[in-house]
Amino acid sequence: MTDRYTPPAEREQISIAPDFSAPDAQPAWRQDFPIDWPQDLYVERRDFLKFMILTSAAFTIGQVWIAAENWYRGRRGRPPVRRIAAIDDVPVGGSFAFTYPDEHEPCLLVRLTATEVVAFNQKCTHLACAVVPRPEQQSFHCPCHNGWFDIRSGAPTAGPPRRPLTRIVLERRGRDIYAVAVEERTI
Amino acid sequence: MKPLPGRRFSRDQRMTIVTGMLVFVLIVLVLQLWLLTATMHAWLGGDASIVWPGLLVSTACFALNLGLFLYLRRLERPRHDR
Repeated sequence: MTDRYTPPAEREQISIAPDFSAPDAQPAWRQDFPIDWPQDLYVERRDFLKFMILTSAAFTIGQVWIAAENWYRGRRGRPPVRRIAAIDDVPVGGSFAFTYPDEHEPCLLVRLTATEVVAFNQKCTHLACAVVPRPEQQSFHCPCHNGWFDIRSGAPTAGPPRRPLTRIVLERRGRDIYAVAVEERTI
Repeated sequence: MKPLPGRRFSRDQRMTIVTGMLVFVLIVLVLQLWLLTATMHAWLGGDASIVWPGLLVSTACFALNLGLFLYLRRLERPRHDR
């Protein structure tokens, strides 16, 4: 057969069979369709390197996204002062749902005692499920992944969340309660 | 193994180079992942001081990785093409 594939003479291009025997000792199909294993391994590793560099680019894009969001957050400025409710509207141990600083941020006002009220953003700091108040356990509970937060400080006490709930800074003006600021915290 | 005419390194040598690069890139990648999660954690907690340094370091890591890959491509080209 004169039209049979002949491996090139350069050693670098010679195919090595998995059993390391000589090319002439290989079955005809392998002689017809030889696989250059070292080249295969090289290309495989090189392609993996390329994929890792794409992953590196993705991480950098993530950082750019955070920086862009940070710039956007800086442009929004201070949140408005807004009346939430009158203290008499919320019974002791009860809660009141509202949105602050905009309609996309659900929050909860909880009246702990006759004079003490707290408010937090309702989004769990784990995966943003809505937390529910459990005043009898002095906690907020996230039912999605069983996360728990202290009802007074919003600090995580159990489950997957690592950051405290975003606190809404309140101000009493007579019988009315006003939201005046948003306080995000890492610890 | 002698290099092919026109190439600076043989395939075996290039295999060693690419393995070394892979190990280095993987270490840098782990650093970048940690940096991204730490920056995200701090930023969501209201601490924006780490955002710009994090971006700078991550960009430098990516530039390093990309530089290594471009160097590898340069090694693979026959010498008369360079």
